[in-house]
Amino acid sequence: MAAHLKKRVYEEFTKVVQQQQEEIATKKLRLTKPSKSAALHIDLCKATSPADALQYLLQFARKPVEAESVEGVVRILLEHYYKENDPSVRLKIASLLGLLSKTAGFSPDCIMDDAINILQNEKSHQVLAQLLDTLLAIGTKLPENQAIQNRLVDVACKHLTDTSHGVRNKCLQLLGNLGSLEKSVTKDGEGLAVRDVQKIIGDYFSDQDPRVRTAAIKAMLQLHERGLKLHQTIYNQACKLLSDDYEQVRSAAVQLIWVVSQLYPESIVPIPSSNEEIRLVDDAFGKICHMVSDGSWVVRVQAAKLLGSMEQVSSHFLEQTLDKKLMSDLRRKRTAHERAKELYSSGEFSSGRKWGDDAPKEEIDTGAVNLIESGACGAFVHGLEDEMYEVRIAAVEALCMLAQSSPSFAEKCLDFLVDMFNDEIEEVRLQSIHTMRKISNNITLREDQLDTVLAVLEDSSRDIREALHELLCCTNVSTKEGIHLALVELLKNLTKYPTDRDSIWKCLKFLGSRHPTLVLPLVPELLSTHPFFDTAEPDMDDPAYIAVLVLIFNAAKTCPTMPALFSDHTFRHYAYLRDSLSHLVPALRLPGRKLVSSTLSANITPHEDPSHQFLQQSLERVYSLQHLDPQGAQELLELTIRDLQRLGELQSELAGVADFSATYLRCQLLLIKALQEKLWNVAAPLYLKQSDLASAAAKQIMEETYKMEFMYSGVENKQVVIIHHMRLQAKALQLIVTARTTRGVDPLFGMCEKFLQEVDFFQRCFIADLPHLQDSFVDKLLDLMPRLMTSKPVEVVKIVQTMLRQSTFLHLPLPEQIHKASATIIEPAGESDNPLRFTSGLVVALDVDATLEHVQDPQNTVKVQVLYPDGQAQMIHPKPADFRNPGPGRHRLITQVYLSHTAWTEPCQVEVRLLLAYNSNSRLPKSPWVEGGEVSPQVETSVIEGTIPFSKSVKVYIMPKPARR
Amino acid sequence: MGWNVLGALSLPCMFPWPVCGGDGCFLPHPSFPQQPRGSSFPSPRRALQARGCRVPSGGLRQVAGAIACSSRETDMGEVRKGWQRLTPPSRPGAGQDVGRSCILVSIGGKNVMLDCGMHMGFNDDRRFPDFSYITRNGRLTDFLDCVIISHFHLDHCGALPYFSEMVGYDGPIYMTHPTQAICPILLEDYRKIAVDKKGEANFFTSQMIKDCMKKVVAVHLHQTVQVDDELEIKAYYAGHVLGAAMFQIKVGSESVVYTGDYNMTPDRHLGAAWIDKCRPNLLITESTYATTIRDSKRCRERDFLKKVHEAVERGGKVLIPVFALGRAQELCILLETFWERMNLKAPIYFSTGLTEKANHYYKLFITWTNQKIRKTFVQRNMFEFKHIKAFDRAFADNPGPMVVFATPGMLHAGQSLQIFRKWAGNEKNMVIMPGYCVQGTVGHKILSGQRKLEMEGRQVLEVKMQVEYMSFSAHADAKGIMQLVGQAEPENVLLVHGEAKKMEFLKQKIEQEFRVNCYMPANGETVTLPTSPSIPVGISLGLLKREMAQGLLPDAKKPRLLHGTLIMKDSNFRLVSSEQALKELGLAEHQLRFTCRVHLHDPRKEQETALRVYSHLKSVLKDHCVQHLPDGSVTVESILIQAAAHSEDPGTKVLLVSWTYQDEELGSYLTSLLKKGLPQGAT
Repeated sequence: MAAHLKKRVYEEFTKVVQQQQEEIATKKLRLTKPSKSAALHIDLCKATSPADALQYLLQFARKPVEAESVEGVVRILLEHYYKENDPSVRLKIASLLGLLSKTAGFSPDCIMDDAINILQNEKSHQVLAQLLDTLLAIGTKLPENQAIQNRLVDVACKHLTDTSHGVRNKCLQLLGNLGSLEKSVTKDGEGLAVRDVQKIIGDYFSDQDPRVRTAAIKAMLQLHERGLKLHQTIYNQACKLLSDDYEQVRSAAVQLIWVVSQLYPESIVPIPSSNEEIRLVDDAFGKICHMVSDGSWVVRVQAAKLLGSMEQVSSHFLEQTLDKKLMSDLRRKRTAHERAKELYSSGEFSSGRKWGDDAPKEEIDTGAVNLIESGACGAFVHGLEDEMYEVRIAAVEALCMLAQSSPSFAEKCLDFLVDMFNDEIEEVRLQSIHTMRKISNNITLREDQLDTVLAVLEDSSRDIREALHELLCCTNVSTKEGIHLALVELLKNLTKYPTDRDSIWKCLKFLGSRHPTLVLPLVPELLSTHPFFDTAEPDMDDPAYIAVLVLIFNAAKTCPTMPALFSDHTFRHYAYLRDSLSHLVPALRLPGRKLVSSTLSANITPHEDPSHQFLQQSLERVYSLQHLDPQGAQELLELTIRDLQRLGELQSELAGVADFSATYLRCQLLLIKALQEKLWNVAAPLYLKQSDLASAAAKQIMEETYKMEFMYSGVENKQVVIIHHMRLQAKALQLIVTARTTRGVDPLFGMCEKFLQEVDFFQRCFIADLPHLQDSFVDKLLDLMPRLMTSKPVEVVKIVQTMLRQSTFLHLPLPEQIHKASATIIEPAGESDNPLRFTSGLVVALDVDATLEHVQDPQNTVKVQVLYPDGQAQMIHPKPADFRNPGPGRHRLITQVYLSHTAWTEPCQVEVRLLLAYNSNSRLPKSPWVEGGEVSPQVETSVIEGTIPFSKSVKVYIMPKPARR
Repeated sequence: MGWNVLGALSLPCMFPWPVCGGDGCFLPHPSFPQQPRGSSFPSPRRALQARGCRVPSGGLRQVAGAIACSSRETDMGEVRKGWQRLTPPSRPGAGQDVGRSCILVSIGGKNVMLDCGMHMGFNDDRRFPDFSYITRNGRLTDFLDCVIISHFHLDHCGALPYFSEMVGYDGPIYMTHPTQAICPILLEDYRKIAVDKKGEANFFTSQMIKDCMKKVVAVHLHQTVQVDDELEIKAYYAGHVLGAAMFQIKVGSESVVYTGDYNMTPDRHLGAAWIDKCRPNLLITESTYATTIRDSKRCRERDFLKKVHEAVERGGKVLIPVFALGRAQELCILLETFWERMNLKAPIYFSTGLTEKANHYYKLFITWTNQKIRKTFVQRNMFEFKHIKAFDRAFADNPGPMVVFATPGMLHAGQSLQIFRKWAGNEKNMVIMPGYCVQGTVGHKILSGQRKLEMEGRQVLEVKMQVEYMSFSAHADAKGIMQLVGQAEPENVLLVHGEAKKMEFLKQKIEQEFRVNCYMPANGETVTLPTSPSIPVGISLGLLKREMAQGLLPDAKKPRLLHGTLIMKDSNFRLVSSEQALKELGLAEHQLRFTCRVHLHDPRKEQETALRVYSHLKSVLKDHCVQHLPDGSVTVESILIQAAAHSEDPGTKVLLVSWTYQDEELGSYLTSLLKKGLPQGAT
């Protein structure tokens, strides 16, 4: 019962995959069915009714077709197309034709004539639309063939007058994808009329069907995406569409206006109903701003997003977006923001004591007030107040982008961003905090703004608080009161949420180092020193006290007068903290003490530093290796590996490169060692035991290559080739060793075939890179491939062995930027002596908090592994939402792991660690059939080939108690 | 004083409604639709007639009361909360005013009453509209097709039981589901105060409220309700309070949109008003904030939360006097989420009463709230407050910080005043007034800075607590009104529910920005709007196909000429080919031929002249078929041209041109061409 229960629990709460090493099935690479077309033909002939035929076609579509047999299949399909009366079957055939023409390696120009032919005789609108879609597929497959493109455009133009919106849609799509602007196409004198695709598409902006209007705009955008320059005349047309009745039209029109405004920012357009003229980008900006208060939220989101990327707009317009002229009874009123600013500058602080302090002041001239300006007025004010949070987020993002490009705007939008910290939806709050952090270089917070910002520190959401800490790290504060306020609030935060300790310390470190002069006057108060009396020594373990010290010490780094204010115990505490929390406390130049590490920090600056040169030189030395004798080579390799490792430890910025190349060299070393073994010369039965070394080496090389391929970010294709090549060598080694140690020929057959498949796979994946692999193992192997295919296993093994011995050492080009993925588990800390007790068969949730660095796509690759004392291992897939991205290259995993086990007699430790899952087959090119969605796509992607542990394991003490009856 | 005719609209033709004097005494106008309603949808024939002659078919009028301030204040929802400035007590009935709403619309022969509000300022008959205006003899039901209530505030629905039960109306009353649920609670509360506390007689009873609510038909948002064959109504979301709706009233192709009260900025529990591009003939919109553009709501919210938070942190008690429904829920949500976010522990209380019942409905009508509440109610209904508990009198003396919402909102009586007296002496405490206070109330006094209050029994209460003022209002501001007008794209706008001076400004703006007519009828003024209804005409398929075959596809931009016969029969139009029309009407076809003589100076023979004419026409009319017949005559299409010698002058030839009525265009062209004479060079 308990076991059953446990199983249920697992099913419901976690996705646990039992890791099974031996289950890596051999992959069939080809499913060759030579008579595919024939089979289809028979099937279709058998079909008695349209429904039958449709079924056959659907079945047929589930399996892929090879490039060689596509043509035959197409012929058969076309033949049936002519015969078929039922439009639904014709529709399916047309769609199949489109899919088939996308097959890699098949040139679809041969079926184009037929397709156009059947198009002319087709009556059903749906089939027509599908056929046009097929033509589109053909056209996109042959981008160079101008003649075909022109022909297709002609066909599209002819069908543009069709009464069905579907057909018109497809025609416009076709025009958008294939139409070209260059008039030179027609100079070959075929009598082809000069077609201005843009004009043709533009005519359909006023089509009666909104779907066609949308398609026309999309086609225009497509033209732009393909690099054709749109005419400026389109701008006016698009502006008219902004008041369309249908939201999809308006949404597309907004995009189009944006595109045109980016193309012709500086041209001048007149303002209707006046004689003035403004820049086009300003006009477009005003129009898009107006759309921020559109009736449909889809349009509002679109408009708000696009606003962010209009950086050329003049600052005068930009600042209007934050201006909503308030009035009350026709009298001008100041906004709360303005009042706050004024209060601040007048020295008074808190507001709202008096009744009517927001009373309106001067009279407004009624003629001058423009209530619904076509201009940009208040667009962001509206956007940020929108009902839908999607719009608000888009507005915040846009605000961020614009503020990054304009410091004056950044200053102005600050008030609004600060207001967003109180939004009702957490996502919006978080987004606005991040935004603020991004623009923090441009701004200085006023005290009242800081006050609002700090109020959010009490938020119960951890993400919000941590984002806010990050923000405080890089804000500029203007006064010493501000610093004091921030410190007080942070300490309050610390007492309320003790788990924030690390984050708060880090925050104070930056706050201190940014504002040394502001901290200086606060020091006596913060340390509670007294000029005459000695005060009690504070508790060294108090996190709050440490926080204060972190602030002061970091400020003291650039403020040499500060240590004079310290009392004796402060110096002692400094020494302690410098050792225990060295990442938070900098080295100080204290009186009477030597600065130990001052020399170290000085020499990092030069650009072409010697350590990098050293790295280059030692690698070059190794790559000239093949001429040396094996013994010398081994020694040199060993030496270089040691050097590189040491270098990696010393220079953190070179650690990635050094590790990466050291690993590669180690692989090479292992290979050389394995080939040096004496066993190759001895008769097989004698060295059964000794062969351990060679096979172990092969295994290790495989592991290392996987690490090289998947654990480093920034690995480029040229490195991947080399890595795969190394793996292939390891596989060859494995084959040879097994061939020599196993008796009988039968098992060898399978192994050889598998190996040859690997070689074939290698060739197909890296066909472009083969020329770089001159003289290498695989190069020679491929030369002999025909011979290998036909020869017996024993011979194959012999050939491979000789070639492996002759193979040269490939030069590994170093990538620009390379970082090793690493992970640290912060929680559980593994220090607790109290076991987690739970009833066996039920689950206990374990909070896991880890930071990941330089992991690409952590949502899919990072897994948590739990190892039980009985050797059972569980792999848990964290939810995508558990990953946060606090900065470039950094990720944070905060998740819960569910543990369960049968009852134990005494508490024991389980190990928790993080794994990096990989799947080397993801490099395989996908067939269009799979993209078509007819085969379920997750089959390909979710397969895990293997895993690499990349964090230290943490031990957790648990105790499953037996259930009480 | 009763109520005044504010406006009348007659569609589709001009129908002048006389104006009835605005001051005080109201005389029901004799010419208000005294004829019972009937199916008076403008039939095509009548519509056609209407263009030329005057056929009265209806009118719009608004009956609006005026706001008046009295020191009496009942706890009736938020009547005028959030007014930034209030007009001084004015003569009732003067001009455009904020107050009870009751509008009559006649559209396409249908009479609709929009809202049925009561007046808070009076205790006598004047508090309810004078329904004898609609008809003096005869039942109301005969004259009104339906009544529409926009939301549950008493100035929009307070007179409903009186109207339906005491005056007598049995027709349908339309309102949204939340309004239907909450409205009786408020009416009952109003009745209790009027009858039980003030001892008024001749007031509607609880049973009457129940009976009245039985006549209510509830509608969903965006549901098109057919009131009868011709009249349909549709509700749109309006924000403002839970269940508030804007209504589109449509008869045939004519439509009116009535907004009631609405809010264009979303708040913590309600979304923003929204309407599609329905392009009504007339938009009747409230204009409470015609001259105000409000600050961002975020500043207000932040200020409010900050003040409460600070007071609670230093251990003080916070009193927030509110009206029971509407803004109170908004503030509750605001505080509740803030408490949740900040992990605060101080208790929040809400004084009980009708709130509990109403809160229940707030929990139920989740679909009427804003995005956030709608999305999260599955996890937790936002109106199921975790931190807000029911208040008990004894709690006021509890030590430690707390926040209390108490009614009524102006601190003039009841629980809020009691609590205020208890807490006023401590400077740590705070009172936050979220809305406007009428002069004479305690609320008004403390807001204007008075620190020593004289209470009854000559006690003097010294106010040491902090006094704060915040304005939370749920009406659209000037920008919002413009935004709505932009969204709906009406042909005409009519402003109601506002002050004349402010409306004037907005009217100007609307006319300037949208170039539509805008009206702001004063009390007793009548507005009549002409419309141009579109008249559907059926066309026979045969005719259409024949025309299609002749030319290219129809182009939306260019009008096409079409020959046919228009038949009007049984109040519908049909366009058929002339042959069919003849057949249907049993008439014989008559040929109509025009003949014309053209004198030509040509000394040659007739045949030669004919030949010259032939060659000339051939060269000019390239597109037409020009033939020279053996008998010497020339034909162009079906037009016959014959040349004859002039009987008197042999040097002049007479050309006889003859054509049928169908070829009139070509025929007259030919004659004019021939009259110019033949070119000399031709032979």
